[in-house]
Amino acid sequence: MAETGLGGLNPTRRDFLVKLAQGAALAGTGGLLWDYILRNEARAAPYALRPPGALAEDDFNAACIKCGQCVNACPPLILKLQPAGGDLPIGMPFYEPRTGACVMCPDIPCMKACPTGALSPKLKNINDARMGLAVIDIENCLSYKGLRCEICHRECPLKGKAITLETHPRQTSKHAMFIPLVHSDACTGCGICEKACPTDIAAIRILPHKLVQGKIGEHYRLGWTFDTEVTQDFKPADALPATAVDAPVPKTAPGVDYLNEGGL
Amino acid sequence: MSESPSFNKADALASTEKLHGRAFGARLWSWRYIVLRRIGQFGILLLFFGTAHWGWQVAKDVPLLTGNLSASKFIGLVPLTDPFAALQIFLTGHVLERESLIGVAIVMGIYLLIGGRMFCAWVCPVNAVTDAAGWLRDKLGVQAIFHLPRMLRYFILVATLAITVLSGLAAFEWVSPIGMTHREIIFGLGMGFTALLAIFLFDLLILKNGWCGHLCPLGAFYSLIGKTALLRVRFDKNSCTHCGECAKVCPEPQVLNLKKLDERGYVFSGECSNCGRCTPICPEGSLQFDFKPLIRSHNTQARVQADAIAVQRRTR
Repeated sequence: MAETGLGGLNPTRRDFLVKLAQGAALAGTGGLLWDYILRNEARAAPYALRPPGALAEDDFNAACIKCGQCVNACPPLILKLQPAGGDLPIGMPFYEPRTGACVMCPDIPCMKACPTGALSPKLKNINDARMGLAVIDIENCLSYKGLRCEICHRECPLKGKAITLETHPRQTSKHAMFIPLVHSDACTGCGICEKACPTDIAAIRILPHKLVQGKIGEHYRLGWTFDTEVTQDFKPADALPATAVDAPVPKTAPGVDYLNEGGL
Repeated sequence: MSESPSFNKADALASTEKLHGRAFGARLWSWRYIVLRRIGQFGILLLFFGTAHWGWQVAKDVPLLTGNLSASKFIGLVPLTDPFAALQIFLTGHVLERESLIGVAIVMGIYLLIGGRMFCAWVCPVNAVTDAAGWLRDKLGVQAIFHLPRMLRYFILVATLAITVLSGLAAFEWVSPIGMTHREIIFGLGMGFTALLAIFLFDLLILKNGWCGHLCPLGAFYSLIGKTALLRVRFDKNSCTHCGECAKVCPEPQVLNLKKLDERGYVFSGECSNCGRCTPICPEGSLQFDFKPLIRSHNTQARVQADAIAVQRRTR
């Protein structure tokens, strides 16, 4: 066929190319929209408290098959699957400590029920679980107001490790304050403290580590802690040029040295 | 050799007449597969629900059926995993635990034998909704607005896998109305029913068999698996009068291309969901469930019989 269409292409070929472009545009638009919906849905993930052994956020989002076998296996029935249209990513397990705290079963049945490894079988001891971190609202904590509450400390399954009490003496007419302190190296985030807190809205709450925990930076050397050497990484000798170190020391050093020789 | 059957309108009309003239009991009997499918769909849902809410167990601390359609465990022993969900999770770069892989092998094994889309017609809860929409659409005589190619689902299947790789999230599992329905019935209600409602309206008013027949990537995935299935609908060309009643009730009528069925002797497309609508409706009994390795010999027998009848007729 001698007839040519736009751009000098023959019409069937042009049709084909246009169809190809249309198909690609359709797939691209749909794909982008779909991708946007997925990412938007996953955006709420940092707010969720996951069962013990859950992988880090992105990995958990990828690996969870949304089957609910952890929910079936949970003896105190605190785990839920997020239905569509909720605040958290769809279909994945979470718990809300104020209404249902993790009781920290020693055999970790939820983790064992997980078929995909989203709840990692690497977790052997429930005390090593890090579901979240207890954070105290010191403005509303009864202990910080000078009352003898300390319910969170008493209820804590890792009492003395995850939550300790610190006494703050005050004037003679008032008794000392007993201040609860949370330690992230032991707190599992089970939420028994949050559930037990007697204030109207809990003054101690479990939050995902990502939302509350800071990091001091590698360069700080805490000289007064016994396990930290001040100069463990700081070696100025290495930094000097080799020639300066290897240079022979002159026999007669310049300057006055008689003060060191005890000849006075 | 048998003469090639010549089809005439009169035979076809007679067949249709025969179908409409069926007695009440025969009509009821022709619903058997639909009833069985509903029992399958809701029964499985009930097993999950009973285990989750009423603590159904087979022995002490051995739950009957935990999980949902994405992954489950039967009597605390047999893992079952949705192979499509597992494929997506694999594509996100996560290495699945062995239990999931065994579950995938079991489910794949079953569907490779009986036909992947048996899931669609006999297990998937959305099927009950789309069937209802299709039935109502026929009753109301809703006209088509536009058509989509049924191939579209395979493109959506490819898109699902591509987006899974790109986003690092199991693309279909995060938006699947099937997953939403099942999860929310078993584990607590949310807004998942809106997805079901959307599918119902889409199928009812916009596109006939729209979701299951054109869009669902899980159905497309199972269509591909279903190519090797041994449980098939056998087609006997000798008794067929081309009345077309089967294609009218079939949700995937393209699989009933009778010319092609002539050559193969059975419904060979993976898109056939073995739903059992055509087999009881066929006035001549030309479509029957059969076991693939036996189909050839059954068809030969049927031809021999038909030849004998033809010879009788001619000699009479």
